[in-house]
Amino acid sequence: MNLELDNICKSFDKQVVLQNVCFHDDITSVAIIGPSGSGKSTILRIIGGLLTPNSGVIKIDGNRIAFTEISLQRYRKDIGFVFQSNGLFEHMTATENVVLPLIHTFGMAKTDALSIADKLFDRFGLAEEKNKYPNQLSGGQQQRISIARAVAVKPKLLLLDEPTSALDPEYTNEVLDMLRELQTEGLNTIIVTHEMGFAKNACEKVIFLANNTIIESGKSSDIFKAPKSKELQLFLSKVLEWTV
Amino acid sequence: MNKLSDGKPSITNKILSSIFVAIVLIGFVLLSISLIGIKLDFTTLFQYKFRLWQGFLMTILISLGSFVISLFFGLITALGQRSKVLVVSYLCKIYVQIIRGTPLLVQIYLFYYIIGTAWGVNNRYISGILILSLFEGAYISEIIRGGFESIDRQKYEIAKSICLTSTKTFKYVTLPILLARILPSLAGQFASIIKDSSLLSVIAVIELTQTTQEISADNFRMFENYIFIGALYFLLTFTVSLISKRLEKRYNHELRA
Repeated sequence: MNLELDNICKSFDKQVVLQNVCFHDDITSVAIIGPSGSGKSTILRIIGGLLTPNSGVIKIDGNRIAFTEISLQRYRKDIGFVFQSNGLFEHMTATENVVLPLIHTFGMAKTDALSIADKLFDRFGLAEEKNKYPNQLSGGQQQRISIARAVAVKPKLLLLDEPTSALDPEYTNEVLDMLRELQTEGLNTIIVTHEMGFAKNACEKVIFLANNTIIESGKSSDIFKAPKSKELQLFLSKVLEWTV
Repeated sequence: MNKLSDGKPSITNKILSSIFVAIVLIGFVLLSISLIGIKLDFTTLFQYKFRLWQGFLMTILISLGSFVISLFFGLITALGQRSKVLVVSYLCKIYVQIIRGTPLLVQIYLFYYIIGTAWGVNNRYISGILILSLFEGAYISEIIRGGFESIDRQKYEIAKSICLTSTKTFKYVTLPILLARILPSLAGQFASIIKDSSLLSVIAVIELTQTTQEISADNFRMFENYIFIGALYFLLTFTVSLISKRLEKRYNHELRA
């Protein structure tokens, strides 16, 4: 998939969050890293069609995205989105959460939707959890079900906004393992993350965001081995300080 | 470890405590009655059983009618308060403020004798239900508005991310969350409606209280009459409170979240 971001700007109440963000590359699995408040979640929401930028152009495989509600609705159907936490509806069971978009957005028959959900639950070891409500599930299980809901509709691109930063370390791995499996199947993913190990080893490319713009991007092997910019060198030296 | 330290009282404790509280309360009332030298005789009410039954039914009817209409008023004005059109928003906010800031008795007189007469609404029952609905609607409006505001913004972002239309978002997301959150308060409000309906007696709506006033003018047994209808009102509100507890349990998952 080819992703092109051209001069994306976004501010909230005069607070500039993104300033002239540019990116043009083929992507399969991308990690967005960077310090807190650098606009990582905002750029992900803009790519996902959940936020519209103040100015700028986004092209996916050369097709420009129109920022009107009608065309964004169509665009979002091809995109899966996983939130940092509480991404499920608490008043629905795991299964109800997963079949909701299948039935009500894609107009699938209930039996077909249920069989898709069952297959996903079986595959990711969630079969015993399927009739539970989110508050009966661990954070890791909730996130895996959120991912299951997002991939159930067979999106062309899966976006994840810090899916593990609200989790205990033991749950982080079960979520990342599931993601890794989906990536190796060829699902295009963009993940905002603080898990540098995952960014380095599981993601093909890395985008480093700081000071409201993309400072550096490229193959993750290069980025982690030889960061060019001062900002990234400083950032990596900080976040990798206590790595085992 | 001490197994009793989990904080839950034993069944024996519960039963003994209930009996103790009941004896103290009933004893206090009976003592007070004997101190002023009255002998209660409830058999006198028996000859009025048909009128009391009618009044009781009328109270239920008025309360149910008012509850339905006040829900409608409450929902409309709760949405209206959030409206971007300032005229609508101000109107709804002023409605809620004025109604909640004045006594129901004043409103009953004002609406029935001035506004009702001016616009030709002469039926006491229809007026009564409308006035009560207008009054309770303001409280329900605030309950519903609070419910809307308690819903986490992210729920709407999730709905957007899975491409639900706004109608479906309302049906599958907003409404179930809202209902679960406001049901207990709505049940409480319904109990208030039942009690507040007694004030409609001042415009001679023949409900339970008005019936009792008429009977009192006939048999002069005020104490028996009012103790009896007090018990009837409690029967109604207690039933509502039991139903509300069951509903709360049904939406347990929402409360624990």
